[in-house]
Amino acid sequence: MQLTLWTYEAPPHVGAMRIATAMEGVHYVLHAPQGDTYADLLFTMIERQAKRPPVTYTTFQARDLGGDTAELFKTAVAEAYERFRPQALIVGASCTAELIQDDPGGLARALDLPVPVVPLELPAYQKKENWGAAETFYRLVRALADPACPRHAGGRPRCNLLGPAALGFRHRDDVTEIAALLDRIGVDVGVVAPLGASPADLARLGEADFNVVLYPEIASTAARWLQKTFGQPIVATVPIGVGATRDFVAEVARVAGLPADVAAGASRLPWYSHSVDSTYLTGKRVFIFGDATHAIAAARIARDELGFTVAGLGTYGREFAREVREAAAHHGVEALVTDDYLEVEARVAELQPDLVLGTQMERHVAKRLGIPCAVISAPVHVQDFPARHSPQMGFEGANVIFDTWVHPLMMGLEEHLLTMFREDFEFHGEAAPSHLGTAATPDRKPDPAPHSAGWAPDAERELRKVPFFVRGKARRNTERFAREQGIALITVETLYHAKAHFSS
Amino acid sequence: MTAALADPVPVLRERGQREVFCGLTGIVWLHRKIQDAFFLVVGSRTCAHLIQSAAGVMIFAEPRFATAIIEERDLAGLADMNEELDRVVDQLLARRPDIRLLFLVGSCPSEVIKLDLGRAAARLSLRHRPAVRILSYSGSGIETTFTQGEDACLAALVPELPREEGKSLLVVGSLAEVVEDQFRRIFADLEIGPVRFLPPRRAEDLPPVGPETSFLLAQPFLGETARTLEERGATRLEAPFPLGAEGTTGWLAAAAAAWRIEPDRFRDVISPCRERSRNALARYRAELAGKRVFFFPDSQLEVPLARFLSSELGMELVEVGTPYLHRRHLAEELALLPPGTLLSEGQHVERQLDRCRAARPDITVCGLGLANPLEAEGLTTKWSIELVFTPIHGYEQAADLAGLFARPLRRREALSGMPMAGGAAPCS
Repeated sequence: MQLTLWTYEAPPHVGAMRIATAMEGVHYVLHAPQGDTYADLLFTMIERQAKRPPVTYTTFQARDLGGDTAELFKTAVAEAYERFRPQALIVGASCTAELIQDDPGGLARALDLPVPVVPLELPAYQKKENWGAAETFYRLVRALADPACPRHAGGRPRCNLLGPAALGFRHRDDVTEIAALLDRIGVDVGVVAPLGASPADLARLGEADFNVVLYPEIASTAARWLQKTFGQPIVATVPIGVGATRDFVAEVARVAGLPADVAAGASRLPWYSHSVDSTYLTGKRVFIFGDATHAIAAARIARDELGFTVAGLGTYGREFAREVREAAAHHGVEALVTDDYLEVEARVAELQPDLVLGTQMERHVAKRLGIPCAVISAPVHVQDFPARHSPQMGFEGANVIFDTWVHPLMMGLEEHLLTMFREDFEFHGEAAPSHLGTAATPDRKPDPAPHSAGWAPDAERELRKVPFFVRGKARRNTERFAREQGIALITVETLYHAKAHFSS
Repeated sequence: MTAALADPVPVLRERGQREVFCGLTGIVWLHRKIQDAFFLVVGSRTCAHLIQSAAGVMIFAEPRFATAIIEERDLAGLADMNEELDRVVDQLLARRPDIRLLFLVGSCPSEVIKLDLGRAAARLSLRHRPAVRILSYSGSGIETTFTQGEDACLAALVPELPREEGKSLLVVGSLAEVVEDQFRRIFADLEIGPVRFLPPRRAEDLPPVGPETSFLLAQPFLGETARTLEERGATRLEAPFPLGAEGTTGWLAAAAAAWRIEPDRFRDVISPCRERSRNALARYRAELAGKRVFFFPDSQLEVPLARFLSSELGMELVEVGTPYLHRRHLAEELALLPPGTLLSEGQHVERQLDRCRAARPDITVCGLGLANPLEAEGLTTKWSIELVFTPIHGYEQAADLAGLFARPLRRREALSGMPMAGGAAPCS
């Protein structure tokens, strides 16, 4: 058993729901106890979908367990088919139904429906949401992609966009952005899937020359199968960030046989980041956590495009732990691969970064520790399904990222003035960035770092003069210095010795 | 007041997909109500994700609930599952030394594999007493629907209540603290007492119960709790539920009758509150009278709410769905419903949606999985969960309760100059 306060991912059947809900003409019959319909509100409330997810639940109860739950399942499948007339059905079990072993696949096949029925095996006690989404998409592609589908003839090169799904972080706008980018460089988009695709669309996946995998967590498995079966190469660079988008364009050009210097457009991020107003961003220490794709992309942007220092990097997605470990090594930090929220909190408290880039949960951690934070990855709440166009990918995505990440930080002049005049009555060291208003004043714990050496009162007072957003780091460095030097009592002298020691 | 029993109201009973929460959801409000209690769900990742989703952003307020997620290796051998549970409980109590009452909450997976949480609770109680009391109940979806989770929780508390011989009044069911305080004042003015509340705000303040205890249900979903209280000799006072000016008066009158309060005195005490409440409701009556309302099943509050909307606000009832109909506890309410009201128990959500679409009610009371899709079809909805999370009981809240139904209608009116382009806007 695992003690869990917060879970980064839902169970795998929610991943399957994300695929079914993203698509058109697919219905999902889920063998599940009463109450599991809570998952509907992820789509109707968080993503603000205007339709019910295409999911029929058996919602069995205790009294049904003594009877024939298999019959209940068959009735649900028959009724769902009759009512919704989907082009394809997926059938599966939630965690409780997995225990009672009714074999949804076999039962649905026995009904002999005139449409493809795709059974799902999603081990709920081992795997999680993203795995469930990837497996479901793979099973659907495998079942529905037509092996006799001819490659398109003539015209511009054509690719499929694979990975965008329901309840995906900015998937809606990423697709718009990347489709426009591909169009500019002379590549047509064949099928976008699963988002907006029907079973008939999946049947013609083979028409494209290659596949673009926007979200490896969801589409890698299916893309590898398509590569093996249809010989379609994979474009694997995820275009989040200016550098990554340029690499993406270069890779697409290579795979599509276009000239290498194809013009793709530009982002404002490089100029904004070069402008002198951004100088104070240099070396700000940032902690990054999220799904592997967004975390790795964020680390590259943070260091190479914004001039931050990556202080920590991690993911909850164990399927992509290797990639995150490689990226972390590249940034000279140790990767944190965990789905334990408390471990993440402990790491942030230990590192005392200037900025946290993470998920909805890291917002909570950052709020507790009084650290500025921006959201870069699912899981997210309703405010991260915005009405406005806000991609993460491509050149416009980089613009969105510049604004979003810099916003929570104290502005430059404000930061200087705070260092000079820290006893100002309304503009003191504990004040939140003034553009965020008083409500954003962090309800911080005064000393997140535990004391390891004693502080003399005057040293403690001197430490208070360090602006709060670097005070945690100053305390940590001083205590480390004292430990290394065998100093029992930290004085003002020790504080400045440590400052000199660590400054570079 | 037993006419409804003698002449049963016809009920449409349906089976099929049920679009409801499971009893685990009760934890979302119970953990705020009992301030030194912790709720540990023994279940799957689905259970953890459910509470996290249902609790929304409130989970940021250092929640006193968590899930012990059953893993593959636990399922391989039941024997070490108990050891695992002990380890998790030790870990939890070390992290939260302020906890005095720990509930092990059963889920669908733990019930299906027949993990005996009652025995686990007894074993762990021995280990952690006297600092922490450890109890268990089931909030599983296979056994409980939404608010029935509170019923199961309170029923688990009943055997723990100290015994008393004297006469007392027990108010049963979670109420907002402001409402509890209002009722406390009214009972004091009526000289009814001592008055206690179940659940209490702190685990150490468990109310005593005995053969002279009379209890009033403040909520309609407490069948099992009432039964266990009756087993301990307490007597349920038959009453409508304290929703609206008249419901509250009937509820208080039941206590007044049991304490043999003079009718004049009762009138003197409650008249000012009742009048204030009626006046506040009059404004809403003008707005809501004649509007047609359709209830999807959710919390078992549907019948008393429908009675309030029809008798005090003049609304018309198209269908009143409830997940479970406790005829005895609702006898007074059922008697006050207009004759011929369509009551439905259980659910076949697709057929119920067909009926709702055909009737095109002015306002549809339903869960969050249905609300936005129905809004997109042009129906006005009131999402039902808010009725459980908002103070709605008693005189002073009657108008607030009416306001919850008026607001969606006002909003639709306010936005009527801006129709949705082509109805539903696809989201992705």
